[in-house]
This record gives sequence, C-alpha cells and structure tokens, in this order.
Amino acid sequence: MSVTKDTQLELHRMMMLIRLFEEALEEMFSRGLLHGTMHLSIGQEATAAGACLALDKKDLITSTHRGHGHCLGKGADPYKMFAELLGREDGYCRGRGGSMHIADLSNGNLGANGIVAGSLTISVGAALSFQLQKKENIVLCFFGDGAVNEGSFHEALNLASLWNLPVLFLCENNQYGMSMASEKAVAGESIASRGHSYGIESIQIDGNDVEAVYESVSTCKDEILSNNRPKFIEAVTYRYRGHSKSDRNLYRTSEEINFWKDEKDPIKRYIGKLLEQGITEVDLKEIDEEVKNTIRTSVKKALDSPLSPITNLEEDSYA
Amino acid sequence: MPELSVGQAINNALSLILKEYPNAFIAGEDIGIYGGAFGVTDGLLETFGEERIKDTPIAEDVIAGLAVGAAMTDSKPIVEMQFSDFIVNAMDPIVNQAAKLHFMYGGAVNVPIVVRGASGAGTGAAAQHSQSLESWFCHVPGLKVVTPSNPQNAYDLLLHSFVDPNPVIFMEHKLIYKIKDDVVLNNIPSNSELLGQAKILSEGNDITIVSYSNMVNAVKGAISSDELSEISAELIDLQTLSPLDMQTIITSVSKTKKLLVCQEAPANSSVGSTVISNVVQSDAFSSLSIAPKLVSGLHSPMPSAKHLETTVIPQKEDIMQAIKDMV
Ligand SMILES: Cc1ncc(C[n+]2csc(CCOP(=O)(O)OP(=O)(O)O)c2C)c(N)n1
Ligand SMILES: [Mg+2]
Repeated sequence: MSVTKDTQLELHRMMMLIRLFEEALEEMFSRGLLHGTMHLSIGQEATAAGACLALDKKDLITSTHRGHGHCLGKGADPYKMFAELLGREDGYCRGRGGSMHIADLSNGNLGANGIVAGSLTISVGAALSFQLQKKENIVLCFFGDGAVNEGSFHEALNLASLWNLPVLFLCENNQYGMSMASEKAVAGESIASRGHSYGIESIQIDGNDVEAVYESVSTCKDEILSNNRPKFIEAVTYRYRGHSKSDRNLYRTSEEINFWKDEKDPIKRYIGKLLEQGITEVDLKEIDEEVKNTIRTSVKKALDSPLSPITNLEEDSYA
Repeated sequence: MPELSVGQAINNALSLILKEYPNAFIAGEDIGIYGGAFGVTDGLLETFGEERIKDTPIAEDVIAGLAVGAAMTDSKPIVEMQFSDFIVNAMDPIVNQAAKLHFMYGGAVNVPIVVRGASGAGTGAAAQHSQSLESWFCHVPGLKVVTPSNPQNAYDLLLHSFVDPNPVIFMEHKLIYKIKDDVVLNNIPSNSELLGQAKILSEGNDITIVSYSNMVNAVKGAISSDELSEISAELIDLQTLSPLDMQTIITSVSKTKKLLVCQEAPANSSVGSTVISNVVQSDAFSSLSIAPKLVSGLHSPMPSAKHLETTVIPQKEDIMQAIKDMV
C-alpha cells in the first residue's frame, strides 16, 4: 500500500498540530492560566496522527488521560479544546472535564479517561453496538503500556475475542507508566503477546513512524471488518515530558530522553522522509505556518471567550 | 520538636514503622524512586530497599488483594492508592475480603492492613481524581475509616491505624499534605486507642461544629474570622469516621444546643448525615434549640474548572453563613 502525497501532507500537518497545541498548553501552564495538571504526548504524535487519520469519521475511538493528540487526530477543533482547558463555556465539556476528559462525539471520540484502562471495557461495549447494529465501522481503543496490568484489560480482550467484536486495541507503549518502566511491570514476552493469549492477532510496530502506524491501522481495520475479529497493535513510542506536571524524571536518564528526541523524533524523521520523496521545504513551511496560525488564533479566541457560567451543577449531574 | 508538613509527618510515621517492624512493607504505584504521586514515600526506597518499598504495576485490585493475603500470614502491609478514587478498582479485596474474613472465619484470622489514599478536591483534577469516598467504607462493617487533618494527627493516627488488628482505610486529603506544624514524634503505641476518638479542637458554648479531614481547616478559618469573633464555637475533629465517637459529640451538643456538620463529600448517605441522625436519636435531641445543619459538597461530580470546582466544594464563606444563620 502506498500513501498518497495528500495523505502524507495531512499526516505531517496533524503531527505538527498536536505538537504545537501541546507546546502552547505548556506555555499557558507556565503563565499560570491553567488550573490542574495535564499529560502531554509530545514525542508520541505519530501514533495518534497515524491511527486517527486511518479511520473514517464514523469509526469511534476511546482515549486516555494523555489524549490531546487522539482528540485532534479525530478532527476536534483546537479552539474548543483550549476553551475546555480554560474552563470556558465553548469548551467541549463546558469546563467540567478539562485536559483529562475531553469527549467529542461529533467526530467519533467517545472521550478521554482519567482511569488507567478505564476505556477498554467501554470500547468493547461500543463495538458490541456496531455488531448489533450491523455497522461497517470499528472502535479503536487507545491505552498505555500501564493499562495492560489492570484486570479490566484482560476482561476486555477476552470478551472482544469471544464475541468477535470489531475493536482495534492500540497500546501506545511509551515504555513507562508514570515512573514504572514497562519492562519491570509487564510479565511475559511482550505486550503484543498478551493479545495472542486471547486468540487475537497482534503485532508490534514502530509507533514513531507515522506511515507505519497509518498503514497498520488501515490494514487492521479492513481485516477486522472482513474477518469479524478484533485486532491488537502495540505501537512503541516515547514521551519526552514528565508524566504530568509534577514529575521530576528521576526514573530515567537525560541521555535516554535525548536519544529519543534526537534520533527517533517522529516529526523530524517524517520531514526527512518527505523531503527525500520530493516534497519541498516550501510545501512543509506552508503547512507549518498554517498550523501555527490556527494555534495562535485558537488560543487568543479561547482566552477572550466567556467562562462557563455557574449553573445548577446538581441538576447538570443527571440527564 | 520538628516542624513537618502532613506529607513529611506521614513519611516519618512510615519510616518508624519500617524500622521497628521487620515484617512491615509498603506497596503501591510509583512509591519508590518517584516517591509517591504526592511525595509521601520520598526517600523510603533509599533507606529500606526494594524488598520493602514495593513499586507495583498499575493494578489496584492486586495491590489491595496482596495486602489481605500478606496480613493473614503475619506480614504487616501498608498499601497506597495513588488517588483514593482508584480504590474502586480494589473494592472486592477491601469490601468482600478484608472487611469480612475475621468475622466470617469465626475469628480465626485477622486482616491488619492499612490502605492509604489521597482524597478530596481543590487541585483541578476533575471528577475521577477528586472524590471523597470515605462514607462508602463507613457503611461496611469490619472496616475502620480514618481521616487526618493536620501533621500531628496524621502522624499519630497512622501509627494507631498500623497497630490496629483490623483493616483501616486511611484517607489523606490532598490539600492537607503541605500544611505544616510542629510534630511530636511519638513512639509506636501498643494499641490503637486513638481510633474512635474525636478531638475537641476548640471549646465553646454557642454551637457545636463537627467536621473531618481538610474541611476542619476551613471551619477553623471560618470561626477565627473577625466577623465571627463574638461567637464561641466548639469545634470537633472526628478523626475516625468508623467507628464514630458519638459520645463526644452528644456531650458537646447537650451543652451548646446547636449542631453544624461540615464536610466536603455530598450529603446523601454521608458521614455528616449519620452524625446528625445519631444526635437526633440520642438524649441530646431534647436539648437542641434549632434543627441541626449539614454543610456539604454539592451532589455533583467534581468539575475541572476552578470557578466550578469552588462552587461544588463548601467554602469558608458558606460555613460562616451557616454559623451566622444558626447562632
Ligand atoms: C486506575 C488508575 N490507577 C492509577 C492511575 C494514576 N495514573 C494515571 S496515568 C498513570 C500511568 C499510566 O501509564 P500508561 O498507561 O503507560 O500511560 P502513559 O501515562 O504512559 O501515557 C497512572 C499510574 C489512574 N489514573 N487510574
Ligand atoms: Mg506508558
């Protein structure tokens, strides 16, 4: 399968959008504009961009606490995301969710989740709906390497396999769950091998190679729909920033972080590849400028927008 | 007498326990090199090593379950739920196992575990990282529930929880971790006599105010404000929520004739509603001059935005208003 030039530019654009979105958040945080903490996916953009762009709008995703990239990948409006983090009325959750809980149903994002492995069983339920409703769509369930040790991970995989549900389990293995190295936390051969235990075809891929992610997810989606079987992808990647805003990074070396930044950065690598394939610096510059502009105007608009009004929150708690 | 934050006071208590009890160990997520999400276990790994400071995978069910099994076999586990919200992933080992085994097996086993967790709101951590779930555990016979509010009682209550022969849920409000005060570094007690004892923090005649956890600090702020300087309030810190020290409350209410309870948790089926119900059913009922009142969090999940979060959590001003309304 070859990726068209348009798709290539779109993959680059999406990775840039995610990176600049989160860099803007960091900046706002340091200026004291944001209440609470946040989990940045800087360094992991290829997985979110590659996976989400391989889906249709009607395919669903479930996301994690580190979910800004998934949300943008699925087509969310950065303005409404900034507004959410700033507690504004125009935010996706009207200031009730914040960084860790953005849902964007209109674009097929069932929501980020603050509970590790919290979305795995939800994705199974959504896939069951697709099966019952005879829809030709899949649910892509994002989760981290830390989630694979929770009981609900195992319950979800088992049932998805037994019932032949259209789920693509996508583990973003950034090699740490907070301070815990996945090699110290995950018994057995590999994370992908856990899929095999439940009879689910599973592969491990380079999560920092955006085209590899895009192609794997596209292929998996086709196979899920033609064979009526779930699939499992372990995408190996790396987070540059601390786990959240309070991380002192004592559990890893700066050499390790710098190695990934210098040698494996998904955006840098992809730019190199695109230039080799005849896409010009001018093409890329145009995209980058457009993304910068989007971020700049979205931040400004969000800061100028009204706070979420204090409504009757007890009434809001029920449908 | 060192000045310690609540986090440091708990750290000192843990350190003392590990020194004096070779069969004690700590397990939880990121409690080793990271020092715990709130820094409470900072430095313990260096002193006591990986054998006793056990970093676990993210797996609350097995964290609580291993504590139960270890406690039944002469180990003394203290486990950490990084945010107490995640304790819901560990409900079976805590509620169906730890709480029941002593009774169910006819007294043949004890399950002396301490499950610590960071509770409460105020940090913008939103609905899944801000809850005050303590009353859930008060509802379960067999469990004890403890909520410190300051460095000294955090230190003492943890030691007493540790020596108690029962499973203890120890909820540490996130906003108290940084509160500092002088702490007497008492030795490990021979029994858990402090559990089940409320503490009268200030004596007064006009109104009894019962509170626990971080809300005690909000009440302190309210009653020490200039605006309320004329009012003589008796402030009771429950310290242990199960078993409840009703005697101290009833004696106080009989004197002041007024009862106000302040808590961060929502009111339905809560500690505060139980306190009021017990007072109304007691001899103190006839001495009440007006209906008791409960100031509580709203019946709403915790929103992330700051201005909405402060709407859900009772503020000092809400407590002051309630006092003015009652006195
Ligand atoms: C049930 C539960 N336990 C613990 C946590 C605290 N916590 C949040 S994220 C995290 C690490 C998750 O690691 P991983 O799944 O690898 O995702 P990553 O942060 O690396 O993206 C932890 C321990 C939580 N939110 N939920
Ligand atoms: Mg991870």
